Amino acid sequence: MFLARGRLCTLGSRPKFLKTICASKILGLSTSAKMSLKFKNAKRIEGLDSNVWIEFTKLAADPSVVNLGQGLPDISPPVYVKEELSKIAAIDSLNQYTRGFGHPSLVKALSCLYEKFYQNQINPNKEILVTVGAYGSLFNAIQGLIDEGDEVIVIVPFYDCYEPMVRMAGAIPVFIPLRSKLVDGKKWSSSDWTLDPQELASKFNSKTKAIILNTPHNPLGKVYTKEELQVIADLCIKYDTLCISDEVYEWLVYTGNKHFKIATFPGMWERTITIGSAGKTFSVTGWKLGWSIGPKHLIKHLQTVQQNTVYTCATPLQEALAQALWIDIKRMNDPECYFNSLPKELEVKRNRMVHLLESVGLKPIVPDGGYFIIADVSLLDTDLSDMKNSNEPYDYKFVKWMTKNKKLSAIPVSAFCNAETKLQFEKFVRFCFIKKDSTLDAAEEIIKAWSRLKF
Amino acid sequence: MTKQLQARRLDGIDHNPWVEFVKLASEADVVNLGQGFPDFPPPDFAVEAFQHAVSGDFMLNQYTKAFGYPPLTKILASFFGKLLGQDIDPLKNVLVTVGAYGALFTAFQALVDEGDEVIIIEPFFDCYEPMTLMAGGRPVFVSLKPSPNQDGELDSSSSWQLDPTELASKFTSRTKALILNTPNNPLGKVFSRAELELVASLCQQHDVVCITDEVYQWLVYDGCQHVSIATLPGMWERTLTIGSAGKTFSATGWKVGWVLGPDSLLKHLRTMHQNSIFHCPTQAQAAVAQSFEREQLHFGQPSSYFVQLPQAIQRCRDHMIQSLKSVGLRPVIPQGSYFLITDISEFKSKMPNLPGAADEPYDRRFVKWMIKNKGLMAIPVSIFCSVPHQKLFDHYIRFCFMKVKDRPGGGKTSSSLPMPPAGVGRGVGPICVGAG
Repeated sequence: MFLARGRLCTLGSRPKFLKTICASKILGLSTSAKMSLKFKNAKRIEGLDSNVWIEFTKLAADPSVVNLGQGLPDISPPVYVKEELSKIAAIDSLNQYTRGFGHPSLVKALSCLYEKFYQNQINPNKEILVTVGAYGSLFNAIQGLIDEGDEVIVIVPFYDCYEPMVRMAGAIPVFIPLRSKLVDGKKWSSSDWTLDPQELASKFNSKTKAIILNTPHNPLGKVYTKEELQVIADLCIKYDTLCISDEVYEWLVYTGNKHFKIATFPGMWERTITIGSAGKTFSVTGWKLGWSIGPKHLIKHLQTVQQNTVYTCATPLQEALAQALWIDIKRMNDPECYFNSLPKELEVKRNRMVHLLESVGLKPIVPDGGYFIIADVSLLDTDLSDMKNSNEPYDYKFVKWMTKNKKLSAIPVSAFCNAETKLQFEKFVRFCFIKKDSTLDAAEEIIKAWSRLKF
Repeated sequence: MTKQLQARRLDGIDHNPWVEFVKLASEADVVNLGQGFPDFPPPDFAVEAFQHAVSGDFMLNQYTKAFGYPPLTKILASFFGKLLGQDIDPLKNVLVTVGAYGALFTAFQALVDEGDEVIIIEPFFDCYEPMTLMAGGRPVFVSLKPSPNQDGELDSSSSWQLDPTELASKFTSRTKALILNTPNNPLGKVFSRAELELVASLCQQHDVVCITDEVYQWLVYDGCQHVSIATLPGMWERTLTIGSAGKTFSATGWKVGWVLGPDSLLKHLRTMHQNSIFHCPTQAQAAVAQSFEREQLHFGQPSSYFVQLPQAIQRCRDHMIQSLKSVGLRPVIPQGSYFLITDISEFKSKMPNLPGAADEPYDRRFVKWMIKNKGLMAIPVSIFCSVPHQKLFDHYIRFCFMKVKDRPGGGKTSSSLPMPPAGVGRGVGPICVGAG
């Protein structure tokens, strides 16, 4: 086609003919080689195009698949949360722009809530920023504070966006894996996975701009103890490093565990950005509202990013969130408060999942928090020889096989690892348990049938 | 901290003039004709669509597809496919973003590299410059200039034009993109087909991407036609067309925008999107989808919101023009958008020394004076200009006429369409008293 058009183009000898007959389409074609060079992506996104979620959500989209993959609740958000949003949809003034750094009633509610946990008062206008999900807060924090050539410590496994976001900022991720101690006979817990303090210290140097902390942790469910956080805090202070603390699962902590905010440790408020999520707090991931809390000398840079990226978040959703927060702020010690009732509900589901996974010979790691559980699938010794892409890690192949053959989906844990550590975690698969009972029943059916096949 | 805290990409972009003016307006009791948003509700069908989205299927409270809620990308593909004369694939040629603002950011970050040049036409929606800078790009400005006025009649935005030779001279081998805004904010200019052909031929000649911000595409007056540059020959493959639900359905607080374009460009925006915010809120997208579905059924008919809104807003525009004239101001009649600019030269000559910083452009000092002394807010047009050219525009201020409150009768009408705002005259009148 190209050649034919090119030939047609040369039929007329006069340049004028070329201009009129050869429509720009042809011009476009003949410059297509040049075009593809000019239309190349900016360097900042080079190599960041693949994304585990895009791949795996497509796989799990088949409605006959029981989806325990993506961290998406299929339970209803609390009634009062839905009601608030419904009410707000009728209020006209909330259909127009609100304050860029956060809707006034929302930042006030957030300030009121979190002041209960911090020793200082939190200035709603200068020390809080409302973002497009916690994802947006991570983006604003990294874009605002991390520069080309900076080093950022990332703990493996990590929520998968940390690495590409750090790379997009031109910085160098420095990885350190959580390592498990040997467990004999007793249940394997997320608390068995720890950072080696000496190894961690070796990762810090004068170029370390920040460490990204995630507690409770995705995918392991680890809830960092006070002592573990103190080790990190000591290093941050010693090396004058920032801490970006992703605490989206802060309310989802199970019996015997407590969530600690590293920003409340001495010397840490001034160097920490603490990130929260409406989606995870109220089971409304589709609202895409998150927040960053920190000292004004850090938050102001996240605000600069905000005014040059999205400028403002959706108004009605922010107002509904504010109203929902007020309802629960007023009853923090009440078992009815969602911050208390949800973890109770999820602990039951967690225990059910642990039991289920153990019953079929999988080795789950009991999470102390969050809504995921990972399990070592190697004992199943599944025959994956017919899976193509033999250079993919074991867990990728396993999940694809399981989705196709067992109609059960999960997420491979090596997706949460950098290239060098993928092998360390390739026998682990992550299941999400913030699912209604009927979904877990269906998963149970599949797992029970699977275990019967083995014997 | 001893090292510089913030990343260097924030250098020079931390100051935002809006923050100052919005704060001033909120502190005083002013008639706010400054910031660009309607003070009337979205149309009933849009409000219903939002109510439906938030009270229906509870799974709409959860994540949807990263690149756009499927019913929304589907309707955008079908609706704009017809308008742009293109076969638009909802998965490859559409990306939903957090407002048109988010679309602009995603486009700049995906395509503009360190040292790339971006041509920006002045006056410009103010974020184009800092977004270019944040991407490491170099903004290259070219000004729209008013043609000399023959007969003392009011200027029209159509008489503000680019000099073709000057425009051509701005393109270099480093030019990565040109950002076009039609209808234009703040001027209200609607670029004609001939003007777009000029831009198009230069973009093709120099192999430049055209980012076209068409958020006000439905708000065109006096029979003016909005032309999308992506429809010109050879342009679809190099154009990113940006739209806004906020401006389309008078619901700026929903923050839903989109980009339409070829897969070869959109794939880079998708990469950027998945590494910045990943998903946009589901329910607002569902409301926009339902609203577009309704408009598709009424397209081109008198019942279409896209027909009724510009008719109603044109009356608001005309009313504002009369009010401004009556107090001795000289508005530039906009062909489109929600805004008009007005020449305040007379005030500048009568009150040249208004309080303000030494090098603060006159229009900013005038607006602050007006807020404080006349209870009326507008936006200084020098905000929409590059620093070296601020003096050229410091005798203009921008008014938004998407306003109906402060009507003598008060209260809402049963129709969701605005009536001409009587309050505009009431607010503007007092300036005259002060100036004399």
